[in-house]
Amino acid sequence: MRPEELVTALDANPRPVRVGRWNLAASVTAGSAAAGLVTLAAVPYFAGGPAEQPLIVAFTFIAMASLWNLLAGFSGLTSFGQHAYIGVGAYGLYLVAEHGVNPFAGIVPAAVIACVVALPVSALLLRLTGGYFAVASLVVAAVFQIAVTLAPSVGGTTGVSLPGLAGYGSVLREAMIYWAAMIVAVACVAGVFLMVRAGFGLDARAVGSDPVAAASLGVRVGRIRLLAYLAGALGMGAVGALIALQTLFIEPTSVFSIQYSVDMLFMVLIGGMGTIEGPIIGALILFALQQQLSQYGAWYLVLVGGIAVLATLTVPRGLWGVVSDRWGWSLFPVGYQVRDRPHDQ
Amino acid sequence: MTWVNAVIQGMLQGGIYALIACGLSLAFGVMRVVNLAHGDLAVCGAYLALVVSTGLGVPVWYTLPLVLPAAFAAGMALQVLLLRRALRGGDFATVLVTFGLSVMIENLLQVGATANDRVLNTGAIGIASVRLGSQITLPWLFVAAFLTACGVLGGLQLLLSLTSWGRKVRAIADDVDTARLVGVRVGPVFATVAGFAVATAALAGIFIGAIGNFNPLTGTSTLIFAFEAVVIGGLGSLWGTLAGGIALGVTQVVVGEINQAYAVLAVHLLFLLVLAVRPAGLFAGGQPARAAQVLG
Repeated sequence: MRPEELVTALDANPRPVRVGRWNLAASVTAGSAAAGLVTLAAVPYFAGGPAEQPLIVAFTFIAMASLWNLLAGFSGLTSFGQHAYIGVGAYGLYLVAEHGVNPFAGIVPAAVIACVVALPVSALLLRLTGGYFAVASLVVAAVFQIAVTLAPSVGGTTGVSLPGLAGYGSVLREAMIYWAAMIVAVACVAGVFLMVRAGFGLDARAVGSDPVAAASLGVRVGRIRLLAYLAGALGMGAVGALIALQTLFIEPTSVFSIQYSVDMLFMVLIGGMGTIEGPIIGALILFALQQQLSQYGAWYLVLVGGIAVLATLTVPRGLWGVVSDRWGWSLFPVGYQVRDRPHDQ
Repeated sequence: MTWVNAVIQGMLQGGIYALIACGLSLAFGVMRVVNLAHGDLAVCGAYLALVVSTGLGVPVWYTLPLVLPAAFAAGMALQVLLLRRALRGGDFATVLVTFGLSVMIENLLQVGATANDRVLNTGAIGIASVRLGSQITLPWLFVAAFLTACGVLGGLQLLLSLTSWGRKVRAIADDVDTARLVGVRVGPVFATVAGFAVATAALAGIFIGAIGNFNPLTGTSTLIFAFEAVVIGGLGSLWGTLAGGIALGVTQVVVGEINQAYAVLAVHLLFLLVLAVRPAGLFAGGQPARAAQVLG
């Protein structure tokens, strides 16, 4: 039965109730998002470097938050080790660039490398749930970091600089990185949106809320978790490649920094876990906080940690959760809503 | 003889890992809280001991009567003020809250105590050592740490099996709702368990600070080691945790004897290997890790 043909079973005189998920707000969102993207894509032409630098950070945040939300928000995989794939993506980009691939084109193979690395790792990690999964994923990231420092071919503890960018002038390079960051951010948000809209989304949310119940209803729990984990690693690899492009120098302690995972957690928590809109809002909030307060160093992080604790306790569904509960808004609708319920009386 | 020395040294080192892990294991077993700030709380214990022992000008051991009750109280406060509320939001909320707490503690320590490495004043025991035969020399600190760990684990085991408090704890660990039904007041038990967890963490933190350097970021690596000891030993078994800690310590010291750069990597790989072949832990009596039941 298609959802559009659902009838209310309790109705004495059953009449079809139309349900759907696209709504006016979604059309407005889609329209303004398209217009906004065109404007953003033109930024290098009219604003240049000073505007590009912060926006690259914002795009990276949006991509990271959406990806972490796919794992923690939809699939119940609270990983604190996703920075492992940022590191793998960065070193993956170095390896392909070393073999003569253009570094911008290299983002794709770097992402694929992260995904391939994630496959054997998932066999280990996905045996665990909850906090044990969280800490084990942290161990995996630590293993990757140590392994890299022990490999002189990728620079060991000192790190390596990214080859292949000598042909670009600084203005062009900056603009290219900007566009690449924008494409990665859009691809991550759109990819998560499409995955969640498809059958995967319903299954993933079932697995996230109660794996036993989901399994008993025939959801293939292992496969859903694997798919989410691999997709998360793929996207995070692309983000890692972006970060390498931006810093031009890849150093183990900075690309494998747990700070990335702290940021992801914060953005998704504040914005609203398990929604498409929430992580984007969270990313913009963290971006604003970072632009304003990062010169305060440790105090800034104390504040970030404190807000995360408070948000979990007081608004567990995040800011977007509050908004959508209150007004029923849904800009990126992934669930069905009753459209025009016929008057019963 | 170097090898025998390394193995014994590793076993002693494992005692400290077990000491820090037992609080983690207890909190998980009873409250189902995976406290990601556990390592940072241990480091807080070391800093508190540092401040008090420097202030009074005495070796760190004299501060224990002050630091341990303070840590116990801090654990109870943590449970009552923060974790109790987080528990209502499910497993997930406690993981997030304790992670946020961990970030806060690490950075507050950086603000308050700078990122510099610190050492504790251990007095005469810090440099004393005990000789076994002609070849093996063991630092007293390590021996003391190991004996303390065994004492704490044994004491905890006795408390759990013999006292009425222990009976309540075991009832709650089995099934919290049924325990409530038969009249166990869960709140105070949770608070005391959290107190024990933080006090043992602080004690372990003091040993960590007495044996090596520590800084505000030591907490994360400490947490990872403790967690690995719990998983290798098998969930829910205190002596399994000791065995897990010993397995970690021996691996670390023996591999470090060959090449120091590989020591920590070897520990992590041992942990991942155990996850791969025996997710229930090496020493657990067939009690499967929670996830394995669902996802096998």
